[in-house]
Amino acid sequence: MALLEVENLQTHFRTPGGINRAVDGVSFHVNEGETLAIVGESGCGKSVTSMSLMRLIPEPPGRIAGAIRFAGRDLLQLSDREMRAIRGNDISMIFQEPMTSLNPVLTVGRQIRETLMIHQGLDKHAAEAHAIEMLTLVGIPEPKRRVREYPHQLSGGMRQRVMIAVALACNPKLLIADEPTTALDVTIQAQILKLMLDLKRRVGAAIILITHDLGVVAEIAERVMVMYAGRKVEEAPVAELFRSPRHPYTQGLLGAVPKLGSSLAGTATRLAEIPGQVPDLRKPIVGCVFAGRCALATDLCRQYAPGLEEKGPRHVAACHYAAKGAVAA
Amino acid sequence: MSPPLLQVNDLKKHFPVKTGLFGRKSEFVYAVDGVSFEIARGETLSLVGESGCGKSTVGRAILRLFDITAGQVILDGQRIDDAAPSTMRQMRRRVQVVFQDPFSSLNPRMRVRDILAEPIRNFGLAKSAEDLEVRVTALMDTVRLPREALNRRPHEFSGGQRQRIGIARALAAEPELIVCDEAVSALDVSVKAQIVNLLQDLQREFGLALLFISHDLAIVEHMTHRVAVMYLGKIVEVAPRREIFAAPRHPYTKALLSAVPLPEPGAQRNPIILRGDVPSPINPPKGCRFHTRCPFVFDRCRTEEPTLRSTGAEQWVACHLEEPP
Repeated sequence: MALLEVENLQTHFRTPGGINRAVDGVSFHVNEGETLAIVGESGCGKSVTSMSLMRLIPEPPGRIAGAIRFAGRDLLQLSDREMRAIRGNDISMIFQEPMTSLNPVLTVGRQIRETLMIHQGLDKHAAEAHAIEMLTLVGIPEPKRRVREYPHQLSGGMRQRVMIAVALACNPKLLIADEPTTALDVTIQAQILKLMLDLKRRVGAAIILITHDLGVVAEIAERVMVMYAGRKVEEAPVAELFRSPRHPYTQGLLGAVPKLGSSLAGTATRLAEIPGQVPDLRKPIVGCVFAGRCALATDLCRQYAPGLEEKGPRHVAACHYAAKGAVAA
Repeated sequence: MSPPLLQVNDLKKHFPVKTGLFGRKSEFVYAVDGVSFEIARGETLSLVGESGCGKSTVGRAILRLFDITAGQVILDGQRIDDAAPSTMRQMRRRVQVVFQDPFSSLNPRMRVRDILAEPIRNFGLAKSAEDLEVRVTALMDTVRLPREALNRRPHEFSGGQRQRIGIARALAAEPELIVCDEAVSALDVSVKAQIVNLLQDLQREFGLALLFISHDLAIVEHMTHRVAVMYLGKIVEVAPRREIFAAPRHPYTKALLSAVPLPEPGAQRNPIILRGDVPSPINPPKGCRFHTRCPFVFDRCRTEEPTLRSTGAEQWVACHLEEPP
């Protein structure tokens, strides 16, 4: 059985302009110790999906429906109290902006201790010792001094390391990382990605990585789910997805990213554009969500939404025209 | 040979900051500390580097959004860093800017028509009201926005469309150089590609020079002619695109390039992981500014600052390893 099974997740928000179907019927699973990347552009619902998993969506105006089974229990059926016992303990989360997600008036040591004392029932001394251990684990020099410092005394990269230490303090089974390196410089990003890979090997937590950066996906994910306008449009093992993307949106996304070294390989050509923009999620969408921007769209696409079909081994895509079996990319 | 369009000589910009108890001690952020480069007509020069390296400050100094501490900025043979307001006005027309955030760089109360008409009126480019209208509609065509959109306000547009309006506004003044300060960084992948393609088309069409300030190295490689790599207020390497991406010489350039994750699963790469963080520009390290993080540091780097030296074929590097002993 998978560690996490999400079935027909629907997260809608009531807004003055109508109901915003931010996530509209998304199903996926994450196995133990596996890294699943959720990719897509702004507004595709990737962050709302992760917030829904943690039940961090304010209700109302939000409303979550479907099922989120974590180790067999449906998180949507739990009381707030039961959910609190899971957050930060079994499932924890790292956010994009390490400055705003750490408490500025508490020392970093106290913030790591807090989760340990609440969830693991450690006393202050044991928690302090463990906090220092965690800071060492995430590669912070002089951890004994750093536990007594405040977030503003740390650099962006250090703060993200502290966030990871807080998230991993209780040995979670699932770590949700929402754009964990987006706010960081590239040399610091390289440090944090290496850290996440090392820790994954040592701690063995499953990771849901939410990102728009296909380079980061290629680097650390095992499986990838592509979202567009609140739906899952494609899912495949990472190598398969990059080698033979089946959905026109995924193909467009991959074509729109210039690759480092392209000028040398002589492949520096015009970037592929995806014309137009994401549809308004407050209006009901008939047919395929991508039809308005798709070069292959026909009347069939505009009238009937394609279901997710198997296009290859462990490879699904929601497109009427995506070929099955091996495709020459 | 005609002089370069833009010449920057030993540019310095130090911002005063108050530190210490009650702000009694005055210190300086050495944001840009001796930077020189040239941009030819129709050329794209990219300034790359990480947060705080001073790349945006260089852009703003060229636009003269503040007075510089020392050095010279020369546009088409004429100094603009100390030009009088009357001459500056004409010079400003020739250098325009596109900012990163298309949400905060357009006035929300103005209609697109007025946003585009303002620079045209300001610099007296239109001969008549009809001419103004012709120019404004032509700009919309140039950036591929529908003409009907002229009567709308910025909030009615998506990020990519707003960036097109920002570009149209820059073009309205008929500039020769556009400073693009992270102009595509805030955009989504598919929209980013649209704007990058548009900028390249416009450059070809109007012979524009671009100062492309960015931290996204793959985009830079895609669209630049030359690259200047900055670290803590200094240029550490400047070279044509091919040299920078095929044969980087400075250890920082090498580390920066190797750190970019490639969108190819299982790609064989050995990132050079730099230790630690960028030091503070208030107290930059003595000697070579990169010595605290450089994997090849030796004694001389800690005391003596390397100067930019030519290593042949328009490639300039500031590193002791590149100097003859």
